[in-house]
Amino acid sequence: MTLQRLRDLLPPLAFGLAVLAIWEAGVRLLHVPAIILPPPSAIAVRLATSVPTLAADFRQTIQGVLAGYALGSLAGFVVAILIDRSQFLQRGLMPIGNLVSALPIVGVAPIMVMWFGFDWQSKAAVVVVMTFFPMLVNTIAGLAGAGAMERDLMKTYGADYWQTLLALRLPVAMPFIFNALKINTTLAMIGAIVAEFFGTPTVGMGFRISTEVGHLSIDMVWATIVVAAVTGSLFYALVAGVERRVTFWHASYRAKEA
Amino acid sequence: MKSALPIATVVLALFVVWYVAAALMNASLQRDQFANAGRADYSTQDLVGASLNMERPKLPAPHQVASELYKLVLVAPPTSKRSLVYHGAITLEETLIGFAIGSALGIGLAVLIVSMRWLDRSMMPWIVASQTVPIIALAPMIVVILNQFDITGVAPKAAIAAYLSFFPVTVGMVKGFRSPDPLQLDLMRTYSATNAQTFIKLRAPASTPFFFASMKIGAAAALVGAVVAEVTKSEDGGLGARLLAGSYYGQTVQIWAALFAAAALSAALVGAIGFAGRIAERRMAFTP
Repeated sequence: MTLQRLRDLLPPLAFGLAVLAIWEAGVRLLHVPAIILPPPSAIAVRLATSVPTLAADFRQTIQGVLAGYALGSLAGFVVAILIDRSQFLQRGLMPIGNLVSALPIVGVAPIMVMWFGFDWQSKAAVVVVMTFFPMLVNTIAGLAGAGAMERDLMKTYGADYWQTLLALRLPVAMPFIFNALKINTTLAMIGAIVAEFFGTPTVGMGFRISTEVGHLSIDMVWATIVVAAVTGSLFYALVAGVERRVTFWHASYRAKEA
Repeated sequence: MKSALPIATVVLALFVVWYVAAALMNASLQRDQFANAGRADYSTQDLVGASLNMERPKLPAPHQVASELYKLVLVAPPTSKRSLVYHGAITLEETLIGFAIGSALGIGLAVLIVSMRWLDRSMMPWIVASQTVPIIALAPMIVVILNQFDITGVAPKAAIAAYLSFFPVTVGMVKGFRSPDPLQLDLMRTYSATNAQTFIKLRAPASTPFFFASMKIGAAAALVGAVVAEVTKSEDGGLGARLLAGSYYGQTVQIWAALFAAAALSAALVGAIGFAGRIAERRMAFTP
């Protein structure tokens, strides 16, 4: 098991290290100026020396990300449950939800900054708007996932609506709901960072990127991007880990065990 | 067609909510304005009517956005710097160039990944991981770096649009090229088809639904990339630049108009791709 995992991990790790090595060597040999592309070693040094700034930025941004992610996902889920009994509303909301998912919602950022001020609340609001629809659409799709046989079985048990929902339809919907939760991790990070381009209390990852780009200290920009990338991946991995715990029965995980 | 009535109802409800929200959100602002003007004898009706027609409301009413769109799209000459047609054309150009480059690269890389095992094992995890990373954070930096090389105008924004559409297209097309059954692949082998033949005759046609699905995601992502890039470099115009200008000067109606223009552009692009996809799938006799 662990040996197999190690063998799967080796090629991507080697590839990643090769890219870093070529990057470092290329920048040094071709004398690329640091304001265009700093070598990875310089970025690492910058990362190590600017921990307090990066930590403050991280704290600022993550507040908006987490608050918006929780509120937006919860709202999408609750609305999906509320309209679950109304075929009419579902048929009206599904196409609109799908349409909205294709729209450039990050554009609401300036409006939210105007409404909720420069602090993290406006970033959370952008994230709420961005994460709401993926959750709504996925939950509705997931709740429709239970088969006629299983529903009939619940009926023969004399289960009422709520019992069927809790014991059958929500568990069946879980893979869909986690799919939305995973999509939303990325959307939340994007929403919060882009919203910070429109105004912040001089702290935050998006603010750091846009100001340091202005000062041409590109190594600091890369350091912030590293933090954002690691945060995004960890956030995703965390949700994926919870998913594995919750939906261990799903075919996509069972196949790997065998 | 049976969805037409529910959709119409939901849209209508959204408009009602929007009007009520606009009246509620703007009322206090309007009350201050009345107070400043020394008017104390206004009725609730006056207040509501006035708060739906403010010049700089917190939330503009739908008809204000509509009339602004009408003014900036249909009345203003398309060459004027105020016209949304002018800015929309800039954004569309960046989006289309970036999308074309990004999806061509994405499909090319997907072909390589599917044909070469070592690339798949070493690179695919990184490409999948890149989906969880807010890559849009790189946008301002790319603009500045390309600026150092005197690459300005459309190119830097198209570059950002390209690389935002690149990753979803790669992931989708790898899935699509892998979608044929093992049975069908075995059949190709019994015909002693070469790898290239298997690709052209089996993998490529089988990937059609994935192709159009990833094109839709890629086009939407490219537009987001173009708009965000315009925010970071707003001198050259574009819908993103209108958003930023509107937020600088508190012109809420202008922000909403630019937002709707961007939304319409995105919906049109995705709709056109969906339409082409339906025609292609019917021609190729895919079962719906």
